[in-house]
Amino acid sequence: MRDIAIVSFVQSDCVRDAGALNEVELIMPVIRKVLDNVGIQSAQDVDFTCSGSCDYLQGAAFAFVLGVDALGAVPPIKESHVEMDAAWALYEAVLKIRMGQADSALLYGFGKSSPGELPIVLSQQLDPYYLSPLWLDTVSSAALQARAMLDNGDITEADMAEVVARSRKNAKSNPHAQLKGDVSVDELLAEPTYLSPLRMHDCCPISDGASAMVIATVEKAKEWGKPYAVLKGIDHRIESHHFGARDLTKSVSTEIAAKAAGVANGPVEVAELYAPFSHQEIILKKALGLGDDTVINPSGGVLAGNQMMASGLSRVGEVANRIIKGEIKRGVAHATSGHALQQNLVAVLEGE
Amino acid sequence: MSDANKEALEPITGIESPVYLDYNFTAGAATARYLSKVKEGKLVGQRCPSCRNVYIPPRGACAACGVATTEEVELSNKATVQSFTIVHIPIPGNPIKPPYVIANLIPDGANISFLHLLSECKNEDVRIGMRVEAQWKDPSEWTFAMENIKYYTPIDEPDVPAEEIGRLKDA
Repeated sequence: MRDIAIVSFVQSDCVRDAGALNEVELIMPVIRKVLDNVGIQSAQDVDFTCSGSCDYLQGAAFAFVLGVDALGAVPPIKESHVEMDAAWALYEAVLKIRMGQADSALLYGFGKSSPGELPIVLSQQLDPYYLSPLWLDTVSSAALQARAMLDNGDITEADMAEVVARSRKNAKSNPHAQLKGDVSVDELLAEPTYLSPLRMHDCCPISDGASAMVIATVEKAKEWGKPYAVLKGIDHRIESHHFGARDLTKSVSTEIAAKAAGVANGPVEVAELYAPFSHQEIILKKALGLGDDTVINPSGGVLAGNQMMASGLSRVGEVANRIIKGEIKRGVAHATSGHALQQNLVAVLEGE
Repeated sequence: MSDANKEALEPITGIESPVYLDYNFTAGAATARYLSKVKEGKLVGQRCPSCRNVYIPPRGACAACGVATTEEVELSNKATVQSFTIVHIPIPGNPIKPPYVIANLIPDGANISFLHLLSECKNEDVRIGMRVEAQWKDPSEWTFAMENIKYYTPIDEPDVPAEEIGRLKDA
């Protein structure tokens, strides 16, 4: 199987409201930078382009088609789209390259969540017969999950606050983070609950923005003459969207994906986990079999800024950039989709 | 399940599950600038720094080259019919009485068309390449919309050959 190199990754700042910017205006700056890093001009210079976005976020039909305006798609390019986080666009591109249909790919994800009421918009991810008509929003389903964990004795509220305090602290070194700073566990626990047992800070913020990545075969990356991280394994699994049909306190899909991606085949120095709610980081750490020697979310993770449909790709990009810079040799990235960690993708990255 | 129970169960063929989502729509930075000019009675497109094509309404990017368009170009009120259709079927909520003409119009100086109405002419006289001009409403009625132009009307200028429509450079 052909090894795949992650050559370039760029993300925009996480902002609560990108104002008047449309999808093209959000995407274009990150596309420009990610291509410049490789030394190529446009999407014409890669074999395949794939994006991740969701039109429900900004409430504009076919917004993902308008996003193609940012690419330079004349003459026509080979292009695809996932109505999901761009981590799954990465997955599609990986398959394409492994099958020999492409040697290089441009990936991007973007989300403009500010025009709508995000947790309510995301209620439409649920099944249309039983749950969606109840308008069960993503914060409520995460609160159910956290309550189940607290009742189980799996975690305490202080454990949740510790995740938040560490995220805010780590985010101080992340120029793209929306929420950052020094705050103690005691200070966090003194805050009122928002949707019990969640406090506001247990929930990721709502952010607008985009991220982009260029991947290629290792041979192509060498031809470009750029440093890269090698994608050693990638897998994704999904569970039922019926909350009653699964144990919310665990993530079986992450466990299976971690095994298939080969997480345990070596030491994990850094893990970037897509945990939109504090307690979910604890579920994921366990499901991935990570020990206390793994640095989790050195970027601050999505509690510091959550660009819907881009954050998953950005987890992979964060790990890749640390490998490219020579800070670490091996790391794990995780992306999620759906309510209460319904679907999970795990990627293992290494330096050469 | 007994036969009696089977008969008692009505087959469920559908449920009502209304969806209502509220959005605060924004037009985009480039389009917002364009609409602000429309409110002043001007048609202002944007030129691609790479291929030099001028887009109206601008979306902030050249779709062909994938580069940002920032140079603003004020366009003429005169335009050329690129294509058209005669609408015979009334559209619910549309106050205009059929039959009427909707045309793809390329304003002088631009390379892409937009849709607008054509009026004060015989429908059967409308043709590709025909020269037309914008008829703006009274300035007191101007808002952030293309409806500031009531419609386009024919002008007495020679037709533009089909192969030259939209290819006017730096007009």
